[in-house]
Amino acid sequence: MTSARTNPALLQVTRLRKDFPVRQGLQHSLFGRNAAAIRAVNDVSFDIARGETLGVVGESGCGKTTMGRAILRLIEPTSGSVVFDGIDVATLHGAALRSMRRKMQVVFQDPFSSLNPRMTVGAAVREGMLIHHLAEGRAADHRVKTLFEEVGLNPDYASRYPHEFSGGQRQRIGVARALSVEPEMIVCDEPVSALDVSVQAQVINLMQDLQRDRGLTYLFIAHDLSVVRHIADRVAVMYLGRIVETASADDLYSNPTMPYTQALLSAVPRPEPGRQTARIVLQGEPPSPANPPPGCVFYSRCQHPLKDDDCTRVVPPLEEKTPAHFAACIKQPSQLP
Amino acid sequence: MTDPLLSVSDLRTYFHDGEVVARAVDGVSFDVAEGETVAVVGESGSGKSVTALSILRLIRPPGRIETASSIRFQGRELLQLSDGEMRTIRGNRIAMIFQEPMSALNPVLTVGEQIAEVVRVHTDASRHDAWERAVEMLALTGISAPRERASEYPHQLSGGMRQRVMIAMALVLKPALLIADEPTTALDVTIQAQILELLQRLQEQLGMAVLLITHDLGVVAEVADRVVVMYGGEVVERATMTELFEAPQHPYTEGLMSAMPRLDRDAERLVTIPGVVPPSTAWPSGCRFRDRCSYAWDRCATEHPPLYPVGDEHESRCHLAVEPLRRSESHTPLTVRVGADS
Amino acid sequence: MVRHAGIASGVIAVIVVVALLAPWVAPYDPIAQPDIIGLKNLAPSFSHPFGTDSFSRDVLSRCIYGARISLSVAALATAIAITLGTLYGAIAGYVGGAVDAVLMRIVDAALSIPRVLLLIAILALWNGLPLWLLIVVLGATGWFGLSRMVRAQVLSMRELDFVAAARALGASGPRILFRHILPNVLPTIIVAATLGVGHVIILEAGLSYLGLGVQPPSASWGSIIQDGADQIGAAWWISLFPGLLIVTTAIACNALGDALRAAFDPRENAVTMAELDS
Ligand SMILES: Nc1ncnc2c1ncn2[C@@H]1O[C@H](COP(=O)(O)OP(=O)(O)OP(=O)(O)O)[C@@H](O)[C@H]1O
Ligand SMILES: Nc1ncnc2c1ncn2[C@@H]1O[C@H](COP(=O)(O)OP(=O)(O)OP(=O)(O)O)[C@@H](O)[C@H]1O
Ligand SMILES: [Mg+2]
Ligand SMILES: [Mg+2]
Repeated sequence: MTSARTNPALLQVTRLRKDFPVRQGLQHSLFGRNAAAIRAVNDVSFDIARGETLGVVGESGCGKTTMGRAILRLIEPTSGSVVFDGIDVATLHGAALRSMRRKMQVVFQDPFSSLNPRMTVGAAVREGMLIHHLAEGRAADHRVKTLFEEVGLNPDYASRYPHEFSGGQRQRIGVARALSVEPEMIVCDEPVSALDVSVQAQVINLMQDLQRDRGLTYLFIAHDLSVVRHIADRVAVMYLGRIVETASADDLYSNPTMPYTQALLSAVPRPEPGRQTARIVLQGEPPSPANPPPGCVFYSRCQHPLKDDDCTRVVPPLEEKTPAHFAACIKQPSQLP
Repeated sequence: MTDPLLSVSDLRTYFHDGEVVARAVDGVSFDVAEGETVAVVGESGSGKSVTALSILRLIRPPGRIETASSIRFQGRELLQLSDGEMRTIRGNRIAMIFQEPMSALNPVLTVGEQIAEVVRVHTDASRHDAWERAVEMLALTGISAPRERASEYPHQLSGGMRQRVMIAMALVLKPALLIADEPTTALDVTIQAQILELLQRLQEQLGMAVLLITHDLGVVAEVADRVVVMYGGEVVERATMTELFEAPQHPYTEGLMSAMPRLDRDAERLVTIPGVVPPSTAWPSGCRFRDRCSYAWDRCATEHPPLYPVGDEHESRCHLAVEPLRRSESHTPLTVRVGADS
Repeated sequence: MVRHAGIASGVIAVIVVVALLAPWVAPYDPIAQPDIIGLKNLAPSFSHPFGTDSFSRDVLSRCIYGARISLSVAALATAIAITLGTLYGAIAGYVGGAVDAVLMRIVDAALSIPRVLLLIAILALWNGLPLWLLIVVLGATGWFGLSRMVRAQVLSMRELDFVAAARALGASGPRILFRHILPNVLPTIIVAATLGVGHVIILEAGLSYLGLGVQPPSASWGSIIQDGADQIGAAWWISLFPGLLIVTTAIACNALGDALRAAFDPRENAVTMAELDS
């Protein structure tokens, strides 16, 4: 995936795969290999340039969270490599891994479960500084205060507990915690999905400001296509564990190529009376990730006029259809109906 | 003009906790006519769900529907019915679907049994007939192989299918009114599209009215005839759908419209509504939105605005309706703030 | 609930304070035998509220000093059990996988043997156990149930986002366990400790009654009951009063434990949390 982008890649993910065993019993955990597995992330490759925002969209269960966590090594990838700033994260262990973590942070979807209910929010933001010996005592207090101000929270709130905050405020605390170790990249796993429209706008603006001020790189996972369009430079569309299309946000939204992306975009309700474009309503259900079909994973629900048996024979590779626009479909792109 | 199908007027539902009273729904009025779709939108905690539960009289202590409230349905005052009479209406004439399809389904019964159960509770259909109607209803919601699916358990179905089961259960008795509380919030856009299309089709076939609670203005634009905007336990704006999108009057509605990122236009920054909703235990005096409103002036702190008529079938709970000059005086509709609120 | 908890903690507090102040509140020396013939087996009276025993010792004073033994055995044994159970369960839950599977099968095996039987077997084999060893044995046999509860909670908490966030920050395993997970398991531990104390008081009394527990000249409530056991018809007071104390303390501990459990139950607090969130 080489494109005309000038910045060198900060993160390079190559053929990342994550299988989850389907059953877990004593015999399995003690002796051995599991036969059946859910292919949550299947052969995913992409890169992100420094300072860029890559949006990841796809339906529930397609493997977005799993991919984010595997990149962060919060779960162990089954195979594949994750090279961050020239270092293969997948091979790090112990102290080396822990110090690497400083550079890649995460913000979660659920503003309630992502903060320890028995730790003051100040302590939560401070913890990373202590772990990495970035600041101690007074200096740490001062940095906590600055971070609170930066994310738009009153610094006096540092001694309060998470339950005293609203969802939007908690998301800000989550952002402050991620920033506390001065990361270069943040994996944002649906950071605004649980928020009201008005609060969502506050948090999105905050994240954009931080990116501008600190040169942050984002991997931004979301299921709201409008949010992704707003914040992302490039977008990757996932379906059943695979990336099926990537392009710059403008290009992807104006020329969706892969039939799934076309269906996805057409399904977004537009807040404009009478302006709904013809909707492609997908039939049926996505296949089970425990038992993915051969060939194109989208075949069973595809609305492409040219779809045929060839599609079930080969897994379509992610090909560059137009400059910097990659899609996994072996047929000529069809126009949106 | 004939009586509307449902007429909620001055509904007040309070939660009493010792001295503290949470005024979750505080004087809400709106109508739903036969066959129409009315959308209720509003900030989280503005009382949308409590309103829906109040209509079905499903509020449990410490919650209480206060005395002056009135909910008329098909000419009858629901708040005066006995519990037995209310049960014959609930699930039968008025049905409800909830946001979370997994927790609303019984995990140990097959979905067919659960739908058939509704039929058997409200009619004297035989076990066999009830089952047949369940299968028929599943087919109507577009589930393939409905007969086989009917004997499956909820956990064997995907989220979208479970939501269809909920819909089948709600519609099996052909209710006159369906209350749908965020029926698609937990779903993907592709499944959401399936469900919305299904609801519209069934609405046409069965001629029922829908009260749709949502916070997605995109969904509203697609399906609603009229819209009720709630904020702070009150209706702050009421209009036909087109009118609301073309000329929103209340500053909260305006803020909501512009805070949304859009697929079709690329703004550099989103416009935000600063601050958060005040708690329902302590609504501010005067206008409840004033702390977050960029137009607010002294009148807003002292005088609680009534629902002013601002057009044909259009009302807004904002003093701007009678002092329109103030709108043009502040040229930016809402301050663009850099996350500086809390 | 709250009232019960108030009464229960009041009862426990009084017993603990009296035990601590034993030398000052006990009317007589608990082991003195002033007149083995004249003052023998006196029924309760104003000067001897709980009566005297067959060695003319004051039963009330013996009970007050006995409280020291009974309570400290219970508290120390429970402390040992809580520590073992928490660590064991936390390790099983946090490490997971095969380690967890093996550790939990061991607990299952241990749980399948009744504790009383296990204790009688150990103590009968080891005649005349010193007090500290009795405490250790009581503690070491009392943590299996708790370890399962702790493990289950740790296991579910391990998957929560705030734990993932701590790992992403680079926190080490022990740090995550002790700073993030265990504080959230604390309610379970506190409840288990309260219930455990009540349980151990009864257990120790039973063992002492059988002569397997606290050895003379030390006397716990259980051993005092034993002192009066062979003349229960003639001098009922010797056994009755320590028995009442055991029952009262055990009930108070259980009531307090239940009240704490209810207070910690998130469902009980759901409404107030929702209020705070809005
Ligand atoms: N710990 C796990 N064990 C087994 N299967 C898992 C586990 N975590 C995720 N999965 C499965 O992996 C697949 C991908 O899940 P994932 O959570 O990554 O999806 P997602 O795209 O983030 O979905 P959502 O939009 O709902 O958050 C799903 O089929 C899910 O059931
Ligand atoms: N059982 C209850 N006890 C006390 N207060 C309650 C209870 N149920 C709801 N409330 C309060 O009533 C208010 C309105 O709640 P409601 O659930 O109707 O909001 P909503 O508009 O449906 O929000 P959302 O979009 O988050 O679903 C909130 O402030 C809430 O805290
Ligand atoms: Mg996810
Ligand atoms: Mg609601």
